[in-house]
Amino acid sequence: MTTTSLPDTLGHFGPYGGRYVPEVLMSPLEELEKAYQDARNDPDFETELRLLLRHYAGRPTPLYYAQRLTQQLGGAQIWLKREDLLHTGAHKINNCLGQGLLARRMGKKRIIAETGAGQHGVASATVCALFGFDCTVYMGEEDMRRQRLNVFRMRLLGAKVVGVSAGSKTLKDATSEAMRDWVTNVSTTHYLLGSALGAHPYPMMVRDFHRVIGDEARVQSLEQIGRLPDLLLACVGGGSNAIGLFYPFFGDPAVRMVGVEAGGRSLTLGDHAARLQGGSPGVLHGAYSYLLQDQAGQVSPTHSISAGLDYALIGPEHAWLHDQQRAEYVSASDGDALKAASTLARTEGIIPALESAHAIAEAIRRAPAEAGKVYVVNVSGRGDKDTDIYRENMPELDA
Amino acid sequence: MSTTIATTRIGQLFERCATEKRKAFIAYLTAGDPNPEATVPLVHALERGGADLIELGVPFSDPIADGPVIQRASERSLRAGTTLERILELVREIRRESQIPLLLFSYLNPVLHYGFDRLGREAAAAGVDGVLLTDLSVEEAEAPVQELRGHGLDTVFLAAPTSSERRLELVGKHSSGFVYLVSRTGVTGEQSSLSEQAIPLIRRMRRHTALPLAVGFGISRPEHVSEVARFADGIVVGSAIVKTIEANLKAGDAPSAVEAFTRKLTSPLREPRL
Repeated sequence: MTTTSLPDTLGHFGPYGGRYVPEVLMSPLEELEKAYQDARNDPDFETELRLLLRHYAGRPTPLYYAQRLTQQLGGAQIWLKREDLLHTGAHKINNCLGQGLLARRMGKKRIIAETGAGQHGVASATVCALFGFDCTVYMGEEDMRRQRLNVFRMRLLGAKVVGVSAGSKTLKDATSEAMRDWVTNVSTTHYLLGSALGAHPYPMMVRDFHRVIGDEARVQSLEQIGRLPDLLLACVGGGSNAIGLFYPFFGDPAVRMVGVEAGGRSLTLGDHAARLQGGSPGVLHGAYSYLLQDQAGQVSPTHSISAGLDYALIGPEHAWLHDQQRAEYVSASDGDALKAASTLARTEGIIPALESAHAIAEAIRRAPAEAGKVYVVNVSGRGDKDTDIYRENMPELDA
Repeated sequence: MSTTIATTRIGQLFERCATEKRKAFIAYLTAGDPNPEATVPLVHALERGGADLIELGVPFSDPIADGPVIQRASERSLRAGTTLERILELVREIRRESQIPLLLFSYLNPVLHYGFDRLGREAAAAGVDGVLLTDLSVEEAEAPVQELRGHGLDTVFLAAPTSSERRLELVGKHSSGFVYLVSRTGVTGEQSSLSEQAIPLIRRMRRHTALPLAVGFGISRPEHVSEVARFADGIVVGSAIVKTIEANLKAGDAPSAVEAFTRKLTSPLREPRL
């Protein structure tokens, strides 16, 4: 059974989640959990967050009927939840504003964050500028190369971007480095984790700050379509945009949910980030969930054309939804995502982030066979940051 | 349950230390650093230099609690193909010549993947005395502890200056052999002066257990050893030893450098005390 009352008091979604961190991090996590619960019970906190989401971030985001795409596919009606229209260009700002307010309540002066694609880094740097926090963002050197524009944006916003050269030089290494910083500077510093990952209370807290996506989509569906959608689609790296969209629909059994992981180059270990296809339960960065790992329990390298999906562990609540068969998880390849981005650009005039393009790809694959159904696809971010990668992969347009 | 009956080599060591009125010197090294062949001679060198107990670090791809020195050691070890299975082979090899207590020091995931029951059985048979899992929080420890203890292994947990009383109680409950006190917050690595946080932590931990208390993190010089020996039952040195191994990789004589360094570090423990 899937309930909205999860996680339990120790942060478990069924067997998943929990708090698997060195003892030195336990007390900061306990402190954070308590501060978060206090904040949620404080109407002033809710009000301030709501106002910031509206006047600063630009909520509510539209639910937009993609008429030409729908016609072209000739099947299910496709509606797009336009998180790409938010300030900073992706859903990440929802969580950053929430955690920023929380950090201020906790008296922290310094924020650290990890980032993969740079969207969470940019959103963190933005919120730090807004609240006057000192900001350090850890980013794998490989990701810095892939997402040069976002590195510059973070610096322009006053953040310090620290390149991480350990391991695979991607999100997982940046996350390890952020955790080490937190262990060392915990009295002054809040760790603004950017996805529904990590030790309790992060997966719960990040979900709660993003549930506004699903709350809005539910109301908008009833108002604009006259009924609830049949299917929700979202890409899943850690899974924050997906859980934000799905969570408010848990009590609607007729609404199906599909999470789309990165299928990468192939489904050989090391070539993808499809944890629910090639992974098995394990622990990374404080959470127990499906993990891409080798025979010896070492975390496997991952690959995706999209830096934001390029991570070896799926958020623990998704592992639970998967096991309960409440949500279905599939993968889209690098090539599928590129093609979907191009299709959406040409039919709707919307260039999606490469992450979101994975969700679009699955919608495109399913829609023709499902006439009469209504899909809501989360366009979690816009594609400007991916322009260099689109150029590299579409040389015919760049002559 | 904390036990005071010494059934493992770890318990026997601390009993012997109590009788002899001396403190135990605990040395950490990453197993398989820089390659599996190097480990057995290094363990023997540590023992000759005066180490009483060896923590054999199991390398992990994402060592979140470790500073750059042990991160590099883990990378070297993994590159050389070190696995838990291979480490147990090394333990069997060590046991041909030595009865020094051995504690496996690992992140949770490699052990989870191996299986607690399988590890317990095979590690005990190979001659391992105990297991410490850095990121196994005491809330999640009940079943793994039972599994490992069932095979006669000690289970050692970490306590930190920031740990609440409730957590210290659980650390005491789940630990056997000894309790490892982290002398400060932060990752592993050396520091120039020892934190003031260790003594209050010892006093607080003492209220929850009768087990020996060892202090580690940031101990790199004989003066540190001498300072910690005044209040703790054991002194743990990790990064400073790994750094010595790293510094002597090319020269190919890491064992004698490590032996000399350990002898220097342990010298305060051999001085007659009045």
